[in-house]
Amino acid sequence: MTKQQAQSNPNTNGAPSLLISLFCLHRLSDAVPFSLSAYYRICCPFPPLRSPSPTQEKLAMAQGVGMFTVPQTIGSVLCCRCGILMQPNAANMCANCLRSEIDITEGLQKHVIIIFCPECNSFLQPPRTWIKAELESKELLTFCVKRLKNLNTVRMVHAEFIWTEPHSKRIKIKLKVQKEVLHGAILEQAYTVEYVVQDQLCESCARVQANPDQWVAAVQLRQHVPHRRTFFYLEQLILKHDAAKDAIRITQMDQGIDFFFGKRSHGVKFVEFVGKVAPTRSRTDKQLVSQDSKSNTYHYKYTFSVEISPICREDLICLPPKLSVSLGNLGPLVICTKVTNTIALLDPRTLRQCFLDAEQYWRSSFKALLSSRQLTEYMIIDMEEVRSEENVGGSRYVLADAHVARVSDLGKNDRHFIVRTHLGHLLSCGDCALGYDLYSANSNDFELDKYRGVIPDVVLIKKSYEEKRQQRQRKSRSWKLKSLNMEVDDGTRGREHEEKMNTEYEHFLRDLEENPDLRFNLSLYRNKEYEPSMGSVADGDDVPSVPLDELLADLDLGDEESEEDEMVE
Amino acid sequence: MRLYNSKPDEKRLQYENNCEVGVFSKLTNAYCLVAIGGSENFYSTFEAELADVIPVVKTSIAGTRIIGRLCAGNKKGLLLPHNTTDQELQHLRNSLPDSVVVQRIEERLSALGNCISCNDHVALTHPDLDKETEELIADVLGVEVFRQTVAGNILVGSYCTFSNIGGLVHPHTSIEDLDELSTLLQVPLVAGTVNRGSDVIAAGLTVTDWTAFCGSDTTATELSVIESVFKLREAKPSALVDEMRKSLIDTYV
Repeated sequence: MTKQQAQSNPNTNGAPSLLISLFCLHRLSDAVPFSLSAYYRICCPFPPLRSPSPTQEKLAMAQGVGMFTVPQTIGSVLCCRCGILMQPNAANMCANCLRSEIDITEGLQKHVIIIFCPECNSFLQPPRTWIKAELESKELLTFCVKRLKNLNTVRMVHAEFIWTEPHSKRIKIKLKVQKEVLHGAILEQAYTVEYVVQDQLCESCARVQANPDQWVAAVQLRQHVPHRRTFFYLEQLILKHDAAKDAIRITQMDQGIDFFFGKRSHGVKFVEFVGKVAPTRSRTDKQLVSQDSKSNTYHYKYTFSVEISPICREDLICLPPKLSVSLGNLGPLVICTKVTNTIALLDPRTLRQCFLDAEQYWRSSFKALLSSRQLTEYMIIDMEEVRSEENVGGSRYVLADAHVARVSDLGKNDRHFIVRTHLGHLLSCGDCALGYDLYSANSNDFELDKYRGVIPDVVLIKKSYEEKRQQRQRKSRSWKLKSLNMEVDDGTRGREHEEKMNTEYEHFLRDLEENPDLRFNLSLYRNKEYEPSMGSVADGDDVPSVPLDELLADLDLGDEESEEDEMVE
Repeated sequence: MRLYNSKPDEKRLQYENNCEVGVFSKLTNAYCLVAIGGSENFYSTFEAELADVIPVVKTSIAGTRIIGRLCAGNKKGLLLPHNTTDQELQHLRNSLPDSVVVQRIEERLSALGNCISCNDHVALTHPDLDKETEELIADVLGVEVFRQTVAGNILVGSYCTFSNIGGLVHPHTSIEDLDELSTLLQVPLVAGTVNRGSDVIAAGLTVTDWTAFCGSDTTATELSVIESVFKLREAKPSALVDEMRKSLIDTYV
């Protein structure tokens, strides 16, 4: 149908008007300059407009109910600006015209500067927070979007990174935003935001750079005893609980260890940890390093001086009479059986045990009479039980009378002693035991001198496995320990000191083998180089060793293990 | 006031800086009603165009200026709402030609211009109009009355405008609805917009059989749709128009 034909019946009388109306539309579309719309399409490639259609919803509802409805086809109208055919929408303008007229990203930031610390890979969120984030990570995206100021005027639908060279110092983000424009149509537009990254060291990195060994808190752990058993044990405890993970530096000193921390709170936490595992007393001091009196900030160095009590396990102590009386007449000679944050003292003659708090100890600070270095070996000649087995503070003891003689005396002279001991459950005739030789000891102790009563000649402490150890061929153990990363000042000591250290460490390891309750708090790891010996010594009373189920498998990230696994598969 | 002289039979204008000219004026083939405004510009545009053909009358209805939406009429009659004052009624009776029957009707829906859309032969009304009103319309205006909706809107008087030659309806009207309405009204209809995408057609546009007035925000595209459906350019032969269009396309490309 042409226009002439349509015009020949001006009064359309029942003739279908559909064709005419469509025809008009087509005619108008001829006039559209297609190149113009193409231009808009190229330069703003955006998704089409969305328009609400309440009539469609009503239709669906009506059809759902069961009414007869006429299917509605939405016709096309001309865009009011450019005149192309389009579906009618709330603004009655085609997407391109709407975009060219309204820019919803107007007023939004497109160019932002962010500050980055190259040392710790973190970005500054002013005024003072530094946020650690990797390039093209979720945290970085959140941070970048937060830095945009006026984004609350539009609704953000999508955000993603556009790839830029890592060292170009530019980060690009593509954002899709939505906003309601005239007559209720929602327009969606994507735009790019460029971030310029500027390098600046954050305060902590600057401080570290200026002085790499800068510490803020130092904890000086000391114990005034000639041996280092406590520190070996403490080292294992610290490793187990990760108490020194914040330490910048750990130095081994004479009679102690120094720990250096970057923050005062770490130092305090460490001091509290040590206070829970050993009886300590501490004091703290601070020293002014720098100050800014205008803003009233002061930088200090804090020093915590922690002293561990010199009483160790297996020490023989002569209690001062006042303390002895206050503890209920505990015989002045006591053995220290266990040291945690309390000291457990056992009277071997009465099998009474008592516990001393750190505070209580330091109020009447007594020293040990004899310590485990001065243990001598005894041979048990005879054993006679006095009382049946008792459970004292969790451990079993049997009070017995023992007839002992010093191993060094055997064969030489006939000196023997009869002694009351608490080790009746462990020892039997023919065993070796270690104990303190008070008969021949020359002690320089006021309390002992003042004491009027009877001083026993021998105090037995523990069973000796020395012979059996010598019989044993094995050099290596099935387990091993880890150690802290300590700096040791070696220069001044010399070889003797080193040998002394080694023997002490060996004693410590033996201690661990013999005492399961000592092992309880530590982590022991399986030793990979351990080979069980072929001809195992099967004596009646074997040397105590650590059962395999107590050992932890060490995490080994080496290549060898992966090869073994492959072979197994 | 903005005046674009590009199309002689069609004017773009404003009433006191408002583009909704259909609200402040009522145009039929026999007369033209114009609201009283502060400046005479609106009135003088109508006068310049129509004064020698039909009477142009300044009035208010119910004391308001929104006369286009309150009254409905064609060349045979004019219907006024119940709140028209007696003076206004008398003034209109005096000013309009005797062939035009001026009638005040009692109707709950008093914005008759929003409820009734008519030409000289057919009228579309609000579906909830009273039966008596419908009869009155048929009587006074001499038209056939149909109750209809336009694109789901019951205010047919606002969303469509038609003359004896053609009509413009709400842009969301579906094709089936367009068919139906066209069959009822016996004129060609097109779905389009006025005033830069506004879908309230009758507020932005008033037509007679030979001329049309629309708001100054109307774009050229909308204008071309209007003049083609109301056949305002029928003076010019089509071949010339086609050639003109072709040359236009050439310059763009």
